[in-house]
Amino acid sequence: MIDSSWIGYLPTLLAGASLTIVVTIISMLFGTVIGVIVALMKLSSSRVARAIASIYGTLIRGLPLLVQILLVYFAIPAITGLRVSGVAAGTVAMTLFTGAFMAEIIRSGIQSIDKGQYEACRSIGFSHWATMRLVICPQAFRVILPSIANQFSITLKDTSLLSVIGVVELTMAGQTIYALNFDTIRVLALVGIMYLIIYLVAEQFSGWVERRLAR
Amino acid sequence: MIEAKGICKAFGALQVLKGIDLKIETGEVTCLIGASGSGKSTFLRCLNGLDPADSGELSVEGMPMLGKGVDIDRIRQRIGMVFQHFNLFNNMTVLQNITIGPIKLRGKSPDEARAEAIALLKLVGLADRTEAMPRMLSGGQKQRVAIARALAMAPEVMLFDEPTSALDPEMVREVLDVIRDVATRGMTMVIVTHEMGFAREIADRVAFMHQGKVHEVGTPEQIFSNPREERTREFLSKVL
Repeated sequence: MIDSSWIGYLPTLLAGASLTIVVTIISMLFGTVIGVIVALMKLSSSRVARAIASIYGTLIRGLPLLVQILLVYFAIPAITGLRVSGVAAGTVAMTLFTGAFMAEIIRSGIQSIDKGQYEACRSIGFSHWATMRLVICPQAFRVILPSIANQFSITLKDTSLLSVIGVVELTMAGQTIYALNFDTIRVLALVGIMYLIIYLVAEQFSGWVERRLAR
Repeated sequence: MIEAKGICKAFGALQVLKGIDLKIETGEVTCLIGASGSGKSTFLRCLNGLDPADSGELSVEGMPMLGKGVDIDRIRQRIGMVFQHFNLFNNMTVLQNITIGPIKLRGKSPDEARAEAIALLKLVGLADRTEAMPRMLSGGQKQRVAIARALAMAPEVMLFDEPTSALDPEMVREVLDVIRDVATRGMTMVIVTHEMGFAREIADRVAFMHQGKVHEVGTPEQIFSNPREERTREFLSKVL
């Protein structure tokens, strides 16, 4: 028998919430790494690199996230013969999903920086990559910070889809409770409040970073 | 010495430079004049490879700048450039703008680079603004910092691309004063300018460009008082 009080729900829901946070943060971190690489591929002079980046973006944007999650979950074992947990497959799917959108955000951020900044740095004698690192990326980061926060909120909420492959993240944790006691409304309200709290903390954090950079 | 022979440059179907020959002697100040669209700025940008020439020969102090195997980044360290729109690095203070090149590219210690930067800021009259961000400066101040930034690399040549064209009229004088000051120290300079009075006063040689070619080169005296070419006369009658 489960404890049907607000407090009684908390251990299960908090466990779900922590998994949601972990998957979201890992997806954002690796998604950003993929995003940087793919953005640079999109901006590179190599036609092959641009084509690969563009195919990746089209696939991720064109397929429903739910389909992507199922594909990764069933395709990895089929191709590699490895058994993967729902959490691992789900995190890979969310990372690939986040990476495609981060690539678009980073590309537009880099392109928003005045060309004169690039030329001035090259004219001193810095290489293309040193210029990107010292002058372009730091300025682009400031521009795209709000978009990164926005992507965080999207990734955070979309991790709820991982419930379909049995990942007990926040939404699934709620389902496991109300499937037994039918206290659907109260449980979902709690689940909703927890998503909101995670989002608000992230929003505050990005606001804090933005203010720091503005100085 | 900069030597350009038969420099051609096209942007798509638009042929901007149609074979430019020009020799710039060490210690000489050369002003490029001509109407907008005559190719002055493009030619200047060819001189440090920001717009690489399509064909022709280009050498700086005897080192070829075009063709394979040229380390353009290394050559650019020896050629300073000042832009119309200043292009100070917006993510750095005035001091960092000036010291980043010497520290990262010339192996200077931060202390040494700082001392040199402050000396240069004194030269341009901004020694008290080391910690300012570019957005806090006026246009004239930005351009003076940009000149200090270029000089900090101890270049052999300085290129100026319409350095006063984006300035409010009351700030033109302070920037021209700094450029004049640098010129009197014997720096080799190439200046694209619409300030005819300034060109006449500061230049050792003036080159008049028209439709992608150098039509006439001479002393300021000769170009402004006694132009040989019809095109030069026509242009000067419009701007003087």
